[in-house]
Amino acid sequence: MSDHGTLVSEPIVRADARLDRRRRFGSLFDATRAGRTGVHLPALDVPAADAERIFGAQHRPEVAGEIEASEVDVVRHFTRLSQMNFAIDTALYSLGSCTMKHNPRINEEIARLAGFNDTHPYAPEHLAQGNLELMWRLEQALKALTGFARVTLQPSAGANGELTGALMIRAAHVKAGNPRKNVLVPDSAHGTNPATAHFAGYDVVELTSNAHGTLDLAELASKLNEDVAALMITVPNTLGVFEERILDIAKMVHDKGAYLYLDGANFNAFVGKVRPADMGVDVMHMNLHKTFSTPHGGGGPGAGPVGVAPALVPFLPVPTVENDGGVFRLEVDRPDTIGKMRTFYGNFGVLVRALTYIVSYGNRIHEVAENAVLNANYIRRKLEPFYHLKYDAPSYHEVVFDDKKQAAHGLHNIDVAKRLMDYGFHPPTMSFPLIVPGALMIEPTESEPKEELDAFIDAMIAIAGECETSPEIVHGAPHTTPVRRLDEAGAAREASKVGNFAPVLRAPVK
Amino acid sequence: MRYIPNSPDERAELLAAVGASSVDDLFATVPRAVYHRETPPLPPPASEIEVRRDFGALAASNASLSDWTSFLGAGLYSHHSPAFVSQLLLRGEFLTAYTPYQPEVSQGTLTAVYEFQTHVALLTGMDIANASMYEGASAFVEAVLMAERLTKKKTKVVVSQGIHPEYLRCLRTYLANFPFTIVEVPVGADGLTDAAALESAVDDATFAVAVQSPNAFGVVESWDGLAAAAHAKNALAIGVVNEMFSLAVLQPPGARGVDIACGEAASFGVPPSFGGPLVGFLACRDAFKRQIPGRLVGKTVDADGASAFCLTLSTREQHIRREKATSNICTNQGLFALAATMTLSALGKQGLRETALQCLAKAEYLKAGVKALAGPFSLPFSGKTFNEFALRCGPGVDAVLRRAEENRILAGVPYARLDPLGPAHRDLLLVAVTERVPRAGLDGLLAVLRSF
Repeated sequence: MSDHGTLVSEPIVRADARLDRRRRFGSLFDATRAGRTGVHLPALDVPAADAERIFGAQHRPEVAGEIEASEVDVVRHFTRLSQMNFAIDTALYSLGSCTMKHNPRINEEIARLAGFNDTHPYAPEHLAQGNLELMWRLEQALKALTGFARVTLQPSAGANGELTGALMIRAAHVKAGNPRKNVLVPDSAHGTNPATAHFAGYDVVELTSNAHGTLDLAELASKLNEDVAALMITVPNTLGVFEERILDIAKMVHDKGAYLYLDGANFNAFVGKVRPADMGVDVMHMNLHKTFSTPHGGGGPGAGPVGVAPALVPFLPVPTVENDGGVFRLEVDRPDTIGKMRTFYGNFGVLVRALTYIVSYGNRIHEVAENAVLNANYIRRKLEPFYHLKYDAPSYHEVVFDDKKQAAHGLHNIDVAKRLMDYGFHPPTMSFPLIVPGALMIEPTESEPKEELDAFIDAMIAIAGECETSPEIVHGAPHTTPVRRLDEAGAAREASKVGNFAPVLRAPVK
Repeated sequence: MRYIPNSPDERAELLAAVGASSVDDLFATVPRAVYHRETPPLPPPASEIEVRRDFGALAASNASLSDWTSFLGAGLYSHHSPAFVSQLLLRGEFLTAYTPYQPEVSQGTLTAVYEFQTHVALLTGMDIANASMYEGASAFVEAVLMAERLTKKKTKVVVSQGIHPEYLRCLRTYLANFPFTIVEVPVGADGLTDAAALESAVDDATFAVAVQSPNAFGVVESWDGLAAAAHAKNALAIGVVNEMFSLAVLQPPGARGVDIACGEAASFGVPPSFGGPLVGFLACRDAFKRQIPGRLVGKTVDADGASAFCLTLSTREQHIRREKATSNICTNQGLFALAATMTLSALGKQGLRETALQCLAKAEYLKAGVKALAGPFSLPFSGKTFNEFALRCGPGVDAVLRRAEENRILAGVPYARLDPLGPAHRDLLLVAVTERVPRAGLDGLLAVLRSF
């Protein structure tokens, strides 16, 4: 036990915040001053255009309600906003399944090179050879790590990658004469899996997990038939558990002519240790932002490349990048393609960061998985006496506790999560898996040092103690953040109010 | 490895603490037949020095818009981004934060998203905007699906061929397994969507009608005509915009009867970055907000009654609705929506207008220059344009591009790049102008054209 228990014994009176009105003004829209501007353009060097004469009734004289602020105002505003954010640069970010690992700054420097950053997707191919080669090299690296025949880099995010994979599976079944009807999804899956299957035109059949949190093979056998297009499985699953029988599962699926889709959101748990294609996987998306550490940026962008087995290669979205003896080109003529998932070629800037990261690790990238799994198991071992573990199967990169012990004192996972903020850590994930009510899903990642793990463990143990001795402190948490616990239900109730999503709604358009 | 803090001694200590004799023990439930003990088939780790050398060479082999005079647009326009924007984006508190699911420690991100929503609502003249979409094409697809949900039991969407061909291609891909019909309406000789054809294509089965302005040929369309055609048959009007600066000089879709506005907001300070990441936007009337896909930030209060922001109305999203979820959007473009918000804040009312007027003036200057040429070039469409126009190239598009390249000019985008396998408009070059190009650059392009 550390002395964290006495760190915040009663609510702190935040006098500084109350006196500092500038930290309370909220939006820059409330602080604009008529006549200010923050951008200075060169003098117009051609004759001015008379927009009113050119556009007539379609002319708009001004964007009423827009901000008027100097560069100083804007820089200070956004700098203050940044100070109200928790980030992985601050401390351990325990959000399970989101994989908040260190974001190397060399990746940012490389992505910002003008030769990458300031290039246009419709530049002639012979003037974009570096970009095309980079995409080709990333595909080769991902092929080496997954064992797949090809990888499309186009999908914009993990969920978009899932849809790309599902559309390819459907296209392959259609080409074979029957699109089939169902996709099987375990009850422990990410919510995006059933949503994706539905979006691709399939009915979702849910599979109940067994007592270890893994797939029940008898259950699978009972629901697997010639109407099943694919099984969507997550490895390790959202409980952090590896499907031990994955080879049997693949065989069962293939015997019925279905495809095995692997949700690769947790690829960081086995990158460099297992190639998914070797396990019989036909399609897998990779969240580059998770496994290959491109910054999450407060919500995005990510990238969700998809690897496929040879049977699905004809259905890849266009364009693909081809290497003709060192000359790189975009292939658009693929007769069986599913089409396009987005404009241009993908989140190129994210691809640059991911390849930089892969090259930096090189043939030691398996250490990512080894250390991520080691750190997660260390946390599991230390917290097992204090938090309940519904499924006790061996953990990989994350461990899912629940609040059963704390609930005995009237406290829930959200209280533990909010209290953790007072100790300087970002809370764990609580929204899934749905099969663990009161879940606390913790993922430390490989980039946490032992002393940070220990500090996090101490905080979690201290909170477990507080739940027994001073539950009111935990229930009222957080006490030290820029704002206190929010009325999130109220936000939804108030959603019918005009002005709840933008302060100047219905401003008259000029 | 420099990104893994634990030393070999600490690693041994952690292994002992978890009761494992080796790392392989941790992976005991992986079938041995597929478990790799050897190192992966990649080169040894690269140092920062090597990474800079290797990637620097790759970057140097591309034509950077910083070094060339560029007239490339066609859905992605390269505008000035203030220096502070890229520097503030590098602040770790923005760069390395996650989705703001815990609002008490995410008020920075949440406030910025709220401001993004406000900017988009103001620019488009709509009541409400979401926290951003992947990019323009997927925003367009989601707008169409949203319209379908709002007008139950209808099966047909009518779209103008003036919409960016890649957006239309995405629509076909995403809708492939839905029982909906897509009807395309052609663009007429003036470069505008054929109004009569549009009107006759819309019927009682139609749930949405979509038009882009300025369209893929640069021509400014009429939102009034779109809204009238849609509303006559109780369909929703979808307005697509991928050059948002046009909304500083043109009436916005929301003021002219459009129900859902969508498209691309990358013009505001987002680097072109070979086409991604970009920032899609989606905005609509207040009455439709419960069907808007993606994330929304709303106002609420904290335990002390202080005003604060949080994500809200997420009950339609995947993590709650699972197979009943109505969109494929799971995230937003946080960091680049932030870049757009910062840029818009600095531009402000005055900078928006001034930038738009400079773009318009420079495009008009180029068009006047082309008209004055006696050579084999013409402006095929009579409709009004904002900062991009189609140029018919008598000598062939490729010949023009090659000669321009000799002068370090990227003359424009061949229309064929938008629709590579389509047969139409192979003699058209799309020429876009932004405030980044000085008069000397405009004259340079005119000189190239004059040389034919």
